[in-house]
Amino acid sequence: MSGIIGYGSYLPRYRIKVENIAKEWGADPKAIKRGLQLFEKTVPGLDEDTITISVAAAKNALKRAQIDPKEIGAVYIGSESHPYAVKPSGTILIDALGIGPDVHVASYEFACKAGTEAMFVANSLVKSGEVKYALAIGADTSQGAPGDALEYSASAGGSAFIMGNENVISEILFTNSYTSDTPDFWRREHEFYPRHAGRFTGEPAYFKHVVGAGRLLLEKSGMKPQDFKYAVFHMPNGKFPQAAGKKLGFTKEQLETGWIVPWMGNTYSGSSPTGLSAVLDVADPGDLIFLVSFGSGAGSDGFIFKVTDRIKKVQDKAPKLKDMLDKNKIYLDYGEYAKFREKIILNE
Amino acid sequence: MREVAVIGTGMTQFGELWNKSIKDIFVEASQKAIDDAGVDHIDSIYVGAMSSGLFVGQEHLGAVMADYLGMAPVPATRVESACASGGMSFRQAYLDVSSGNSEIVLAGGVEKMNDGADVTAALATAADQEYEVYNGITFPGLYAMIANAHMHEYKTTREQIAAVAVKNHKNGINNPNAQFRNQITLEQVLNSSLVADPLRLLDCSPVTDGAAAVILCSMDVAKKLSKNFVKVIASTQASDTIALYQRKSFTTLNAVTKAADLAYKQTGLKPSDIDFAEVHDCFTIAEIVVFEDLGFCEKGCGGPAVEEGTTSLDGKIPINTSGGLKSKGHPVGATGIAQIIELSEQLTGKAGKRQVKNARIGLAQNMGGSGASCTINILEAV
Repeated sequence: MSGIIGYGSYLPRYRIKVENIAKEWGADPKAIKRGLQLFEKTVPGLDEDTITISVAAAKNALKRAQIDPKEIGAVYIGSESHPYAVKPSGTILIDALGIGPDVHVASYEFACKAGTEAMFVANSLVKSGEVKYALAIGADTSQGAPGDALEYSASAGGSAFIMGNENVISEILFTNSYTSDTPDFWRREHEFYPRHAGRFTGEPAYFKHVVGAGRLLLEKSGMKPQDFKYAVFHMPNGKFPQAAGKKLGFTKEQLETGWIVPWMGNTYSGSSPTGLSAVLDVADPGDLIFLVSFGSGAGSDGFIFKVTDRIKKVQDKAPKLKDMLDKNKIYLDYGEYAKFREKIILNE
Repeated sequence: MREVAVIGTGMTQFGELWNKSIKDIFVEASQKAIDDAGVDHIDSIYVGAMSSGLFVGQEHLGAVMADYLGMAPVPATRVESACASGGMSFRQAYLDVSSGNSEIVLAGGVEKMNDGADVTAALATAADQEYEVYNGITFPGLYAMIANAHMHEYKTTREQIAAVAVKNHKNGINNPNAQFRNQITLEQVLNSSLVADPLRLLDCSPVTDGAAAVILCSMDVAKKLSKNFVKVIASTQASDTIALYQRKSFTTLNAVTKAADLAYKQTGLKPSDIDFAEVHDCFTIAEIVVFEDLGFCEKGCGGPAVEEGTTSLDGKIPINTSGGLKSKGHPVGATGIAQIIELSEQLTGKAGKRQVKNARIGLAQNMGGSGASCTINILEAV
């Protein structure tokens, strides 16, 4: 059966705390922590972007997959912060990692679900036998406008997954998608920051699609929430995935391991994939994992994974997500953060 | 002037109605009211709406709603008086019937606030643009100044102000159409996010979509239809300076006291004759100030009255049994009509778990801006 043969993540070392952002805008950090359940977030360095994050995450995935990069027949990077409007992110990545030129490359975009979109297609190609291996990445250096609520959450990071049919560490048992035209969050060409329709992003957008996809996936698989060891949902803030999980019948314990958003922030296309990465770091053979992503606009992708015996052979071959999250952190003040995110623009 | 009755009511759920348009909700509320009244025609329509142009880009609501109700060519008029648009719509309908011009009139109110507009900016158009808004004030800021003044002059406490929200949520639990049907505690109000010192998030009424409609008619028609109806015994209106800073006092709303005086004179009633009231608690402090200005107690006693339970459902004079604007929601143009509906339900014994015992006379007070316009309607059980 097809599935993941290698996975890896990358998070920048830089962090900013909710307090530092709140102070600049006269907001109450306690209320934000309580309301959004966010404490700090990752910040990309000045020399980091979606491509460097993708390369770093894919390197870690290759360490676990232990395959010849030349055998990867498809590379898909899902992001809403591709550095170029016209020029694929994946071409730089394949040259950096020694993949290709016999490879199909594409940049994906579907707000925060572009990463799982890449995983969905990569798995399909491998499953159909079209390519031997396919690399799918969800990575972002998310944008949040100064003073906007998104500034507390929009962070940077990503995860990579190599799909194959042999030496699988986590089988993909079921997939599904749930999509409708729901304009809750968007960024037009030439705009620096996305705009969003406030509370409309909640019930009619996030919850409708995440819960809708989740229910259909349970129905399709004939499984129940209690069958799963872990569940991961897209994490725009700390509160939403917990609420969505509860609505579907999952417990706090099932969500806990993949619920990394309070300390990582929302890595947009890299959000639920990185939650999955944190779960795979500690999963045991036989564990079932339930994952539903969400992308504004809007849609959700659902996956059911079953961890194999091989997981134990690869978990220690690359850095683990929890270590990236907890260690080696460099805290920034708001001024440094504004510089790193290039929020200070000269009017020349 | 003829006597006027309210013979039918209808309203939508109040809340974030993402899948419904302004036309959908007005038509839904109106059809419910028409069905409830059992009338076979309407002579004219009044549509209360504050800012449909800024909220959803649609003006000319009189004609729009008459069309979508399938009632054109019936005369249909939009009535605007900021957050008092609903109450004023009711008053225009009352005058239309009492003058003998119409027999059966639909008075509605509607606002579709959750559609992507800048709600704070749209609401701020009810203040003085040139002298207040231009300098940065918003409505939470204006009512915060009223709260600070009241706390300074009368030693009203933060806890007493917060108690208004706790009481109104307690009432709203039993209102199936309310936006927030959850109990909140004093601690939750006092620890909610600061909006404009001293007012916090849970001191503020929410942003709401909703519509409400009532059918008014002459007493002759009401008696012929032999429905459960209530009598309108006073309908008054007054105005004040548009800007708060121009007033001698921040703690007395002259439009409220003036409209109340007129209403008491029209009816010969005293404040103590009123069994219950729906008042405009756009912010918690507003309920305290209005309670005093309606003459239900001396100035400065509004805070202690809430704290002591005088205004609770089982108190001496229950205030905002519907949940008020705080819990039921505040679709600005619909609020005044929703107040009339609560009065009708109470006076016909249909208020369920929030029923006030032996309710015979109810008062509805609806105001615009920081009290620059106010309408008071008093209804009596028949």
